[in-house]
Amino acid sequence: MKRLVRHHLFWPLAVWAALLLFNLLYSPDFFSIVVRNGHLYGSLIDILNFGAPLILVALGMTVVIATEGIDLSVGSVVAISGAMACLWISKGADQNSPGLAFAAIGLAVLLSLALGLWNGLLVSGAGIQPIIATLILMVAGRGIAQLITSGQIITISSKPYSYIGTGSLAALPFSIFVVAAMFGIAALLTRRTALGLFIESVGNNPRASRLIGIRSRVVLISVYVFSGLCAGIAGLILSSNVASADGNNAGLWYELDAILAVVIGGTSLNGGRFYLTGTVIGALIIQTLTTTIYVIGVPPEITLVVKAFVVLVVCLIQSETFRNKIAERWRTRHYPAEREVTRHA
Amino acid sequence: MQDNEPILQMTGIHKRFPGVTALSGVSFRLFPGEVHALMGENGAGKSTLIKVLTGVYSIDEGTVTLGGSKVAARSPLEAQALGISTVYQEVNLCPNLTVAENVFVGREPRRFGRILWKEMNRKATELLRERLHLDIDVTLPLQDYSVAVQQLVAIARALNISSKVLILDEPTSSLDRGEVEQLFRVMRKLKQEGLAILFVTHFLDQVYEISDRITILRNGEFVGEYPAADLPRLELVSRMIGKEVELLERRIRGEASAADRTIPVAAAKGLGRKGAIEPFDLAIHQGEVVGLAGLLGSGRTEAARLFFGADRSDQGRLELSGAEATSISPRSALDKGIAFCSENRKTEGIIEDLTVRENIILALQATRGWFRAISRKRQDEIALEYIRLLNINPPDPEQLIRNLSGGNQQKVILARWLLTQPKLLILDEPTRGIDIGAKAEIQKLVMTLSERGMAFLFISSELEEVLRVSDRIAVLRDRRIVKEIAEPDINQQNVMQAIAGG
Repeated sequence: MKRLVRHHLFWPLAVWAALLLFNLLYSPDFFSIVVRNGHLYGSLIDILNFGAPLILVALGMTVVIATEGIDLSVGSVVAISGAMACLWISKGADQNSPGLAFAAIGLAVLLSLALGLWNGLLVSGAGIQPIIATLILMVAGRGIAQLITSGQIITISSKPYSYIGTGSLAALPFSIFVVAAMFGIAALLTRRTALGLFIESVGNNPRASRLIGIRSRVVLISVYVFSGLCAGIAGLILSSNVASADGNNAGLWYELDAILAVVIGGTSLNGGRFYLTGTVIGALIIQTLTTTIYVIGVPPEITLVVKAFVVLVVCLIQSETFRNKIAERWRTRHYPAEREVTRHA
Repeated sequence: MQDNEPILQMTGIHKRFPGVTALSGVSFRLFPGEVHALMGENGAGKSTLIKVLTGVYSIDEGTVTLGGSKVAARSPLEAQALGISTVYQEVNLCPNLTVAENVFVGREPRRFGRILWKEMNRKATELLRERLHLDIDVTLPLQDYSVAVQQLVAIARALNISSKVLILDEPTSSLDRGEVEQLFRVMRKLKQEGLAILFVTHFLDQVYEISDRITILRNGEFVGEYPAADLPRLELVSRMIGKEVELLERRIRGEASAADRTIPVAAAKGLGRKGAIEPFDLAIHQGEVVGLAGLLGSGRTEAARLFFGADRSDQGRLELSGAEATSISPRSALDKGIAFCSENRKTEGIIEDLTVRENIILALQATRGWFRAISRKRQDEIALEYIRLLNINPPDPEQLIRNLSGGNQQKVILARWLLTQPKLLILDEPTRGIDIGAKAEIQKLVMTLSERGMAFLFISSELEEVLRVSDRIAVLRDRRIVKEIAEPDINQQNVMQAIAGG
C-alpha cells in the first residue's frame, strides 16, 4: 500500500479518477460510449479527442522542463503552424487535393521545427535564460502568426486536411492516434536510447554533466526542437478541427495549461526526473476539468475561477509538505495541550 | 570547568528512513564549556544525529532535553530559537551579501522598519573582533574572504543568535593549517565562556588537539562516550570501524612497475591559465602516480583542471600520448582516455536525482553517445560489479545517490570514471570528508590500478596521503610549480620544505 502511494503516478491517477467519478455522479451516462455511423461517441472519447493538442504540447514541455528550462512560446507556435498550413491550402487551386494538404502539413512541421531550433539556439548557444529566450518567440510569434494570416481568420475547406482534427480511424478520432504516435516516439527516444538519461542529468546538474562529457548543447537544442514539433502538430490538429486559422486566439494560454499538466504529472520545475505518462494524465485532468465545467453548466463568467480553485486543490493534494502537515494535525488533534507545551519548552 | 548537569542530553534516539534504520537507541550528552567530538565512519549516523537535533528531521523515538526541559525542534529555525546553532561543512551564507549583512540577516537592527546600517556594521565589527579576534572590513561582500574567514563569519552568525550549543559539522575540511589554528583559538575562547561545542571532523589530530570528550557511533548505534585523554588513537579508530585497522604501508616502488616511460600519457609544456596557474611543465607516464602537493589555493586544482579541459588553458601546449591536444574539452579528453574527479563532489560530481546505477554508467554512456544505449541488463551487472568492488554501502543500485553518505557518493563517482577505463585519472581531493576506512580503500585502489598501468594525478590536502601513494610529487606554491621531487628524495621534510619555500 505504501509503495503504491509512493508511486509517482498515484496522485495524478487518484485525482483524475476523482474528477471522473464526480462527473458520473452528476451525469450518470458520463461513461457511456455509443456507436453511431461506425464512430464511437461519448464524453470520454471527447476528452481524449479535445485533449489531444494539450497532451502534445505538454509532452514537448515535459522534456524542456526536465532540462530545467521552460518553453513559453508553444502557444504562439500552435498559432503559427496552423496559420501556415491554412494559408498554403487557401492559396491552392484545388483545396481538396491531398498533395496540397501534405505540402501544407510538411511546411508547417518544418516551420515549427525551425522555431524550436531558434529557441534551442538562444538557450544553449547564446546562453539566454529559457524563460526570456522563449518569451521572445511567445510575443513575436503572435505577430508572425497574424502576419501570415494578414490579421484575418483564414477559412479553408479541405477534406484531406480536416481529417487530422475531425477524421476517425478504427472508430476512434484520428487525433488520438497522432498523440499515441508522438508519445511512442518520445518514450522510445528517451527510454530506449540514453537521451532521457542525458536530459535528466543535464537538468539536474549541468556542471557535473559537462565534466561527464555529455554534449549538453545538443541535448538542449533537441528538447526545444521536440517541443516546437509537438506544438506545431498540435496547431495542425486545432486548425484542422475548426477548418480555419486564427493567428490571434489559436493556442492562447496553452503554455500555461501545458506547464500545469507537466507539474501535475510529477515532473519538477527544477529539472531532473521527468514522467511522460504523468504528463499525459496531467493534461487529461485539465481537459476533464474543462469538460466538467461545461457539463455541470458553470456560468461562463466564473469558469476560470472554478478551474483555478480545482487546480489549487490538486496542487495541494500533490504537495508532500501539505499532506504531512494535515497528517500531523490529524494525529495530534486530541492533544492541543501537548503541542503548546513543546512549542513553549 | 565541567558542570554536573549536561546542557544537552539526548537519550534513546531512534530514527528510521524507508528501508534504513539511521539511528537506533543513540544517546548523547553535552556539557557547558566543553568541546565534544562526535566520531564515526561515513554512514555511522553523525549527520542524522545532528539533523535530528537541529530539527531538520523529526525524531521517531527518544527524548532531547536542553537545559533541563524537554524540547523537540521541528525546524532549524525553532532549534536556533532554542539556542542550538549549527555551522555546516559547506558554508551556508550568502556570498554576495556583505559580512555584516550575513551576520545579521533576518535580525537587522531597525528603527520604524528602516535598517540601521551603521549600527549593524558597528555591531558586526565589534562581534567579530571581540568574540572571534577577527578584524576585517564587514562592509565587503563575504565572497571576498577566504573560506576560513567565511567559516568564522558563520560562527559569528550562530553566536549572535545567543547560542547555548554550537554544532560545528566538519568545519575544517577545507581549511589549511593556519586557518585551522585560528578556528581552534576561537573555539577555545568560546569554550571558556561556557559554550557547549559539538565538533564533527574526520581529522584525528584535530580531535585530540581540541576535544575534551569523544562520543563514537557505529552503524547508527551508540558505541561509547570517552574522555579524549583516556582513549588512545588506535583504540578510537578500531572502535569506529569495529575491527583492527590495517595501517597502510607506503607503496613499494622500484622496477616492479615496468611502465612505459618513453611517451608520457600527458605532458604539459608551458601550460598555464592567467589568474589561475603560471605556465608549468609536467609529464605523467603510464603506471605512474604523480602527486600535487601545496597549500590550499597554491594552484593544485587549477593545474589539474587544465589537463582535462575543465578549464581552458591560454598559454602553452598540452600533449596526450604524444599528440597535440591543447584546446581540449571534457568531452574530447574522455575520448582520449583522461578522466577527472572533481573536488566539488556536490556541484561537479553527483547527479542527485539519479540512482547509483545511473550515476555509475553516465560517463561511459556519454562516450558512447545517445543511440548506443547500454542495455539495462548490462547496466545492472556493471553497477553490482562496482558496488562490490568498491564496497559501496548500501549495496543497492536503485538507491538515489543523494541518500548515500559522502564517502559512498565518492566511491560511486570513482566507479563512474574507472568504468571508462582511462589511461590517466585525475583525482582532486578524492578522500576529503570521508572516513578512514574508505580513505584507505581508495588509496589502495590507486596503488593497485597504477601497477596495472593506469596513470594518476593525485591531489590531496593531506600530505601524508600524497607521500604514501605518489611516485613523484610536484610541489606548488603561489600558483606555480616550484619543485618536482622523485625517489629517493620523497619524504615529508623535503616536501614540506618545498611547500614552505625559502
